[in-house]
Formats: sequence, C-alpha cells, structure tokens
Amino acid sequence: MNVLHFVQAFFSDGAHWHGYDGIPTRLMEHLTYSLEALALAAVIGLPIGLVTGHYNRGGTTLSLIATAGRALPSFGLLVLMTILIGFGMTPVMIPLVVLAIPPILVTTYEAVRSVDPSPVDAARGMGMPESRVLFQVELPVALPLILGGLRSAAIQIVSTATIAAYVSLGGLGRYIVDGLYQHNYEKVVGGATLVAVLALLTLGAFWAVARIAVSPGVRRSG
Amino acid sequence: MAGSAGSVCQTRRVFGVLIRIDSVTKRYPDGTIAVDRLSLEIPDRSITVLVGPSGCGKTTTLRMINRMVEPSEGTILLDGKDVQQQPVNALRRSMGYVIQNAGLFQHRTIVDNIATVPRLLGWNKHKARARAAELMKRVGLDASLAERYPYQLSGGQQQRVGVARALAADPPVLLMDEPFSAVDPVVRKGLQDELLRIQDELGKTIVFVTHDIDEAVKLGTMVAVMRTGGRLAQFAPPAELLSNPADAFVEDFLGADRGIRRLSFFPSAGLRLLTSPVVAVDATAEQIAARDTAGAPYLLVTDLDGRPLGWSEPGDLTAGDVRPERLLPHGRPFVAGTDSLRAALDCAVLSPTGWAVAVDAGGRVTGVVSQQAIAEAIRGAHAEGRADAAADAKAVR
Repeated sequence: MNVLHFVQAFFSDGAHWHGYDGIPTRLMEHLTYSLEALALAAVIGLPIGLVTGHYNRGGTTLSLIATAGRALPSFGLLVLMTILIGFGMTPVMIPLVVLAIPPILVTTYEAVRSVDPSPVDAARGMGMPESRVLFQVELPVALPLILGGLRSAAIQIVSTATIAAYVSLGGLGRYIVDGLYQHNYEKVVGGATLVAVLALLTLGAFWAVARIAVSPGVRRSG
Repeated sequence: MAGSAGSVCQTRRVFGVLIRIDSVTKRYPDGTIAVDRLSLEIPDRSITVLVGPSGCGKTTTLRMINRMVEPSEGTILLDGKDVQQQPVNALRRSMGYVIQNAGLFQHRTIVDNIATVPRLLGWNKHKARARAAELMKRVGLDASLAERYPYQLSGGQQQRVGVARALAADPPVLLMDEPFSAVDPVVRKGLQDELLRIQDELGKTIVFVTHDIDEAVKLGTMVAVMRTGGRLAQFAPPAELLSNPADAFVEDFLGADRGIRRLSFFPSAGLRLLTSPVVAVDATAEQIAARDTAGAPYLLVTDLDGRPLGWSEPGDLTAGDVRPERLLPHGRPFVAGTDSLRAALDCAVLSPTGWAVAVDAGGRVTGVVSQQAIAEAIRGAHAEGRADAAADAKAVR
C-alpha cells in the first residue's frame, strides 16, 4: 500500500465525516487554535514591530528575542507549560504564540524601517503628524512584507498546532497522535494531508488579502 | 560683509522681507557646526537660492525654516513671527516642501498625492481632488495621469507632481531642496523654465537649495552663496554676484567662465546690426556686386522669406545659380532683443565666418553682427553696469 491508498481510504470512509472525531469538527478545532494563536501573536508583534521600525530603535534587542523565540522547541515548551499550568488551552497557546511572534515582529520592524526615507521626509515636511506618517505613509508601503511575516507565522502555527493533541486537546493532530498509537496509518496520513491542505489554504488566503489590501502602486513597484 | 551686501540690494528690492534669519547657528551634539551665525533676509514673492558646496549648511538652513531641524541659537521670523513659537505641523502646512526625489507616496495615485495637504487641512475629498486636478494643469501634467501611480511616471513628471503637491494648499512660501538634481540636464532645464513660469503666475516666496551655480544664477532673484562651515559668503542678485564676487571663494565657486555667463544679464538689443551683407537667394548680379562693398568678408544668403540659408564669399556667388548646399552653414541664429549678449557672442564664436546672424521672432534675418561689434557692446554694457553700481552705492549713503 502506498500513501495515496491511505489518503483515499481515509477520506472515503464515511465515518470520518461526522461526529466529534469527524473531519469538520477537527478542522474547525484546528482552525480555531490557529486563528487564536495568530491573533495573539499579531496583537503583541505588530505594534512593537511598527513602533520600533518607525523610530528605527531596538533592532538588536528584537533580533535577540527573535533568535531566542525560534530556538525554543515548541513541543518541549508545551510539555513544560502543561506540567506548570495543567491541561487546557493556555499551555497550548503559549508555544504557538512564542513560535509566531518572531517572524511577525522581525519582518514588521524590518519592513517599516526599510521604507524609502524620502516620502517620509516629505510627509513630515508637509506637516503630517507622526501617527499619520506611520499609518498612512509607512504602513501601506511596508504592508506586503508585513503580510509575508504574518503568512509565515500562520503557516508555522497551522503545522505546529497538531501538538495540541498530545495534551488531549482536539485539532487535526488528533488523527496523527491517535493513528500512531493505534498503528492506524490511514489515519496518520489522512491527518497529515489535512494539515498540509490547511497550510495551502492559508497561503491562498494571504494571497487574497494582499490582492485586496496592498495598493497597486506598491504591488507593482515593490 | 553680509550685512552690507544685503543693504545695497535692499534699494533695488520691490518687495518686503518675508523670512528673516537672524544669526542662526546649528550645532550638533558631536560638536559639528552645520550653520554658523547665519543672517539672511529672504524677500517676499521672489526666488532666493541658497547655493554652495556640499557640507555648507544650505539644506540645514532650509530645514530650519520649517523646523525639520531646530536651530541651536538665533531666531527665524516668518512674516515677523518666530517660527519656533508656532505649532510645528500648522507651520509646515503653511509652506510647500519639495525634495530631491520628489518623495511621492507610491501607494497613492497622482491626484491623491497632490491632495495630501488639503486633506490634512480638513478639506473634503471632492474639493481636494478638484484642487489637485487644477494644479496638475498648472504644472503641465496631463489630466490622464491623475489616476496613475508614481511608478508609472518619469522622473521629470514625478518632480512636477512634487511641485504640484507643494502648491496644493496655496502656501505663501515654497521650500525646495535640490528638487531638480536627480533628473537629466534636458529635463532639468524644462523644469527650471516651468518653475520660472509658475513663479511669474503665482508670485510665491521660494527658498531654493542647489549645489549648481548655473541653476542658482538662472533661477535666483537673490543668491546666497554659502561656504563650508555654514557661513554666508555673499548674498546678492546673480548679476552682481557675477560682476562683483565678494572674495576668492565666491569667485572660484562661480567658475572660470563667470565673465561669459554674466553676459546673460545684458540684452542684445543695443547691438548695431548690419543689413548690407545680406542678400536674397534670387539676387541679381548687380545686387551681389553692390553688397560686396558692405564691409563684411562674407555675404549671408537668405531664402525668399528672409530666413537664413548660409554664408558665401562674394566671388563665389553667381546670380541666378545660388546653390544652398554649397553655402557655409550659418549656425544657430540669435533673436535680436530677446536673447542676451551671451547668446549673440555664442553665435558669433560658433559661426564659421565669425559673424553672428540676428533674426526676429519669426526667424527672418534682421541683420548680422561681427565679433568685434559684440565685443564693443560688451565693453559698453560693463561701463553702464559700473555706473549703475556707483549710483546704487550713492543712494545707500
């Protein structure tokens, strides 16, 4: 049997399409974890990245934090947090957020910092307040890069959110963890395929957002 | 020195002082002095050019006017009021600001770029865009460019947008920081001519920074030459700068050909044009013979409309068989009265015969003039210039 057979067997089994362990339920759980983690990481990473990038300060500190964040093993952090806090959503969210902050923070900082200084100078010289300089001059130009940072964070979250299943939560990781335990490789491959598809859909979603949100003037010249 | 130069000019000034820079110094924390006790009176409704080598503090001076840089000492008065006592953003919105690479917002369309300051001032979108469209026309941009993005425009067009954006809220003052340095010489000349035309129409108080002395002489009503270390070397109208540089630095900065360039300020109207060495292409043998004694070694042949065809030695001309292709080229003619002595001299120098061809606005020959005659006119003009300067000096006393 090859992988494609596993995939076909998994998706054609009607039992996998409903109930608390059905694909729709697990997909929604996975999506919820991912969106929550991404939102939390963005709420922390975006403002810090925007402000540090605007004032071009704190780059060294940021890259230190980013390197540390990337070096932390998500699975180890999950186990540690579960031991410290106990079972629940919080110990799952912490490693996912820690994983997602560095790409968001660092790309946002770099994106804003590297905006061409002459329109910024022109904006200040025309009497534009600093907040407008940031949101109306720098942000629109930095947006493609910032979205790129959010996109890689989102994809990492989607792939890593499978670990939630190790601490008895749901999500697509459920199929992988249970399948491995039950030696049910059909389930393992099915779960992995769903994660891959979700990652691709995430890519597509960011592409669509960029199409809508980024000005054609920036898209073409950038 | 700066003060005395300023007072001489004051007698010629038609307008009042709008911006008064009063012993302003800019010192950076590391001890560098960018501008050193600079005093300058910038006249109303005219172009004042700050020119000097890099590091002379000209840009810093400009940026202190709209408080992009705060002075360490001294005051800058705008219309009698200290700029440092005014709310900074309101102050900046009252002055147009144009920078080297235009600094357009790439995510906004041309019309929205131009509407920036009106929108900041709270105009509604419709009114701001209507104003922007009006300005596009004023700076010579086609209305079809309104919805384009900056990357779709050439460097020269982008700079026009920069100027339009600075003019959008109709500020009395325009600050321009090397606005035309990044475009090629042909486009630059076009932009300079356009600026002079716009200035004729609008009469703004323009402070213009450049490192190009030719640009300074061409655009400036008054030119402030600054030297390294942020000191003022001379503040004078361009003609005076060229005829009377304050010191060796200014003389050196003006370049080796300042005498020639100064001729741009003398009109060619006073030149004595000779009409006798001019013959039409259908001239008879008698006419050619009559012209031969006119005192010029060559005859200028024109077509039947009076436009120049070329030069010929009188002996080479055969009545009824004048072949334009055999004539010596006449070179670029100058427009008598409109062009300066510099243009006339240039024509004479470039002409293979050493004689310049003068034409009227329609391109018809009004006469020819020799290098010697131009040289005499130059001597005459210089003598007059000295008399004027003496009269001015007397008027001040």
